[in-house]
Amino acid sequence: MRPILMKGHERPLTFLRYNKDGDLLFSCAKDHTPTLWFADNGERLGTYRGHNGAVWCCDVSRDSSRLITGSADQTAKLWDVKSGKELFTFKFGSPTRSVDFAVGDHLAVITTDYFVDRMAAIHVKRIAEDPEDQVSDSVLVLQCPDGKKRINRAVWGPLNQTIVSAGEDTVIRIWDTETGKLLNETNEEVGHKKAITSLCKAADDSHFLTGSHDKTAKAFFQLWDMRTLTLIKTYTTGVPVNAVAMSPLLNHVVLGGGQDASAVTTTDHRAGKFEAKFYDKILQEEIGGVKGHFGPINALAFNPDGKSFSSGGEDGYVRLHHFDSDYFNIKI
Amino acid sequence: MTIDSQQQTTSKFRWGEMDEDDDFDFLLPPKQVIGPDENGLKKTIEYKFNDEGNKVKITTRTRVRKLASARLNKRAMERRNWPKFGDAANEEAGSHLTMVSTEEILLERPRAPGTKADESKATGDGLSQLGKGGAVLMVCRICHKKGDHWTSKCPYKDLAATTDAFIDKPPTGDSSTMSAAPGTGKAAYVPPSMRAGADRSAVGSDMRRRNDENSVRVTNLSEDTREPDLMELFHPFGAVTRVYVAIDQKTGVSRGFGFVNFVSREDAQRAINKLNGYGYDNLILRVEWATPRPT
Repeated sequence: MRPILMKGHERPLTFLRYNKDGDLLFSCAKDHTPTLWFADNGERLGTYRGHNGAVWCCDVSRDSSRLITGSADQTAKLWDVKSGKELFTFKFGSPTRSVDFAVGDHLAVITTDYFVDRMAAIHVKRIAEDPEDQVSDSVLVLQCPDGKKRINRAVWGPLNQTIVSAGEDTVIRIWDTETGKLLNETNEEVGHKKAITSLCKAADDSHFLTGSHDKTAKAFFQLWDMRTLTLIKTYTTGVPVNAVAMSPLLNHVVLGGGQDASAVTTTDHRAGKFEAKFYDKILQEEIGGVKGHFGPINALAFNPDGKSFSSGGEDGYVRLHHFDSDYFNIKI
Repeated sequence: MTIDSQQQTTSKFRWGEMDEDDDFDFLLPPKQVIGPDENGLKKTIEYKFNDEGNKVKITTRTRVRKLASARLNKRAMERRNWPKFGDAANEEAGSHLTMVSTEEILLERPRAPGTKADESKATGDGLSQLGKGGAVLMVCRICHKKGDHWTSKCPYKDLAATTDAFIDKPPTGDSSTMSAAPGTGKAAYVPPSMRAGADRSAVGSDMRRRNDENSVRVTNLSEDTREPDLMELFHPFGAVTRVYVAIDQKTGVSRGFGFVNFVSREDAQRAINKLNGYGYDNLILRVEWATPRPT
């Protein structure tokens, strides 16, 4: 396949997200400006100007009319997708790390980092239909036991009944949305050994995938069953995992990673393995890798139709890959 | 004329009443479609009656190209017509932010661990036998490529002449005196390459020596890079006499650098200009002269 290279960001990419129809791709990077691209030919449609810090995460509503972004400038912003206009700003006392719309787009979960005297927390905000009516009060605020550890991702569980959070403290937690109580969490032996960097839900919300850095220089990431939180599968790579994605069409899982920029000169790897690795979801075996990035891969996203995927790297490039027909015939 | 054709077309065709000699001029041969071949070229041959009633053959050649088909729903179609905003508002449609990769990227299947180990072991052995001119692996003495061809089959056989010239070179002074000698008398045998009027010129004797001045150093190679890769990468610029990749004997991986010897200096210069900074196997290559650059 011939990937389409999109160099719209000057700084490393942090997150990629497709809209539900699969024709738009949103990219977030450390350069303060989330960008909107067409998902078929990679043409840039527009940029959202207004943030003053690295943009860590974004989510788009189901009708692709609203975009929410979380940024290191201690705000989360609500945008009109079409015009690029900023509709509302949620102000926090610390950098925001992860955002996710609920099913129905009337609620959003936003995580904030630890900063000075504020502990890391998970906020739930109500999103109004009409931006005029938007208020910035939190419906619910959740705190992890160790407030000093970053919560890297928080997403809604099936039917918005639960919130799943994962972060630097290596523990995945499931919270009840109504009461705010902690329902379940992973224990030491089964869970990750190092910080969890990424989380991806299955298309039908029945399971999810987490990726993590690991002390043993092999990154495990596991697939958890949401309601009961049991480990289903483990995929081993040789590199810390920064991003994970699941194909909505085939039973494939993609991991992206690489080394921290600071670690490159101290480790004896000649060139970091900057490829997106494909694994069979059920057999846990590696089926291949897609090379091309000149730096670690920080973001991965599958198009909802399963026929293309994109990866964003530390090099500032977004690479959009449309699969060849033999991808769909891969057999182990 | 027109009446005739009308009659022809309107008369009912009853094949039982037709004589065998009747020609079936009013029947047109069927339309032929030669389907899209691997380049997407489709040829359609139709037969028609033109205005004057003559049978006409129309050949249409079309190229069928499949774009990344996006079956968009209605809202997605609307979104295609959205105006650009933000930083994109000022740019024209042909912006160079988005480009299709020049390289074909494949989903590379992982290599079975056994094969990789064997590969590196073989190259390690080959290198150690290079000095012996080993017979176990095919080592050509001219270009030193292992496992490719025997010396007699070397594609760079022209270099053999230069090696001879090199051997004769040390007595450089002698060669000039020797060429003078035949002029005086047939005192000693003078090889053809050294006779007066030999089509050698200074290039012949200097070719070997200059070869090491045409040496190009390549650094920042990936650990999988080997001699055949460098040969493939550099030979479009000109004849390459020798390629070498430094290999770590213990691990079998490339130490990240290598040397390429060109026949001509201009080719080496062009290679340096083109390949310095070239992205190869996800690393940016550094290509420069091996010795301090001569003026």
